[in-house]
Amino acid sequence: MKAGVVIFPGSNCDKDVFEVLKDLNVDVKYIWHDEKKLDVDLLVLPGGFSYGDYLRCGAIARFSRVLEDIYDFSQKDKLILGICNGFQILTELKLLPGALLKNKNLKFICSDCNLIVENNDTPFTRFYKRGEVVNFPIAHGEGNYFIDNEGLKRLEENGQIVFRYKVNPNGSIGDIAGIINEKGNVLGLMPHPERAFYKILGNEDGVRFFKSIISYFR
Amino acid sequence: MKVLIDVTLKEGIMDPQGNAVKDGLIKLGYDVNNVRIGKHIEIELKDLEINKAEKLVKEMCEKFLTNPVIETYTFRFEV
Repeated sequence: MKAGVVIFPGSNCDKDVFEVLKDLNVDVKYIWHDEKKLDVDLLVLPGGFSYGDYLRCGAIARFSRVLEDIYDFSQKDKLILGICNGFQILTELKLLPGALLKNKNLKFICSDCNLIVENNDTPFTRFYKRGEVVNFPIAHGEGNYFIDNEGLKRLEENGQIVFRYKVNPNGSIGDIAGIINEKGNVLGLMPHPERAFYKILGNEDGVRFFKSIISYFR
Repeated sequence: MKVLIDVTLKEGIMDPQGNAVKDGLIKLGYDVNNVRIGKHIEIELKDLEINKAEKLVKEMCEKFLTNPVIETYTFRFEV
């Protein structure tokens, strides 16, 4: 399995994901936003403030050269993971439905966060139990997930809601913290599993997230 | 020619920023019912026939300048 972590101007969690994958002995490389080579199995769109979050979060990143062939890539047996700003980019790309609005309390929230694993039948969550509570930190100002009622119904029916907040921090509809596409290979989530990886930094709940991905390609 | 575009959140989409500003206005003694906050974009274009220009601006709005999931827009030209 080969992994690529995209660096947009303004990404700031690229190193975190890179180091986590490297520590799990994954063949991982950085992909600069201006390169077009998607020769990887797992593409990670990391957290941060790509292009300064100008216009809307993720709106400008959508047009970077690296993402020109992203629709073809998403049709293959490959995985795309969008964390935080990466999730916002995936909704702007329409690879995931809905949009992310300003947090209900207008504040940038940086804290530990309990999540319920709603669906463990995905390449990203196969090492968790369904209904299990895990703790991944959140750090965002615009994580308030919105989708219309019809769209929400579709997400529920298809089991596309992968993570829900135990206590809703930002006003997200249906307490949604992370969703997957219908095909089951594109996941976006606001919390940061890569920040829950080293015991010395607090908790290791995110380790199984990345191990799930590795086992998917075995 | 110049086009002036206003982007607003769709009706029913929560606007916490608008609510905070509403509270501020009320604290200042103004009797306001509701505040919604949006974006104003001004673009200078080459001079075009008006219907061609309209088509072009609509395209820009739908492709990039707004997110149709949460936003709506209006525009007018200044010649």
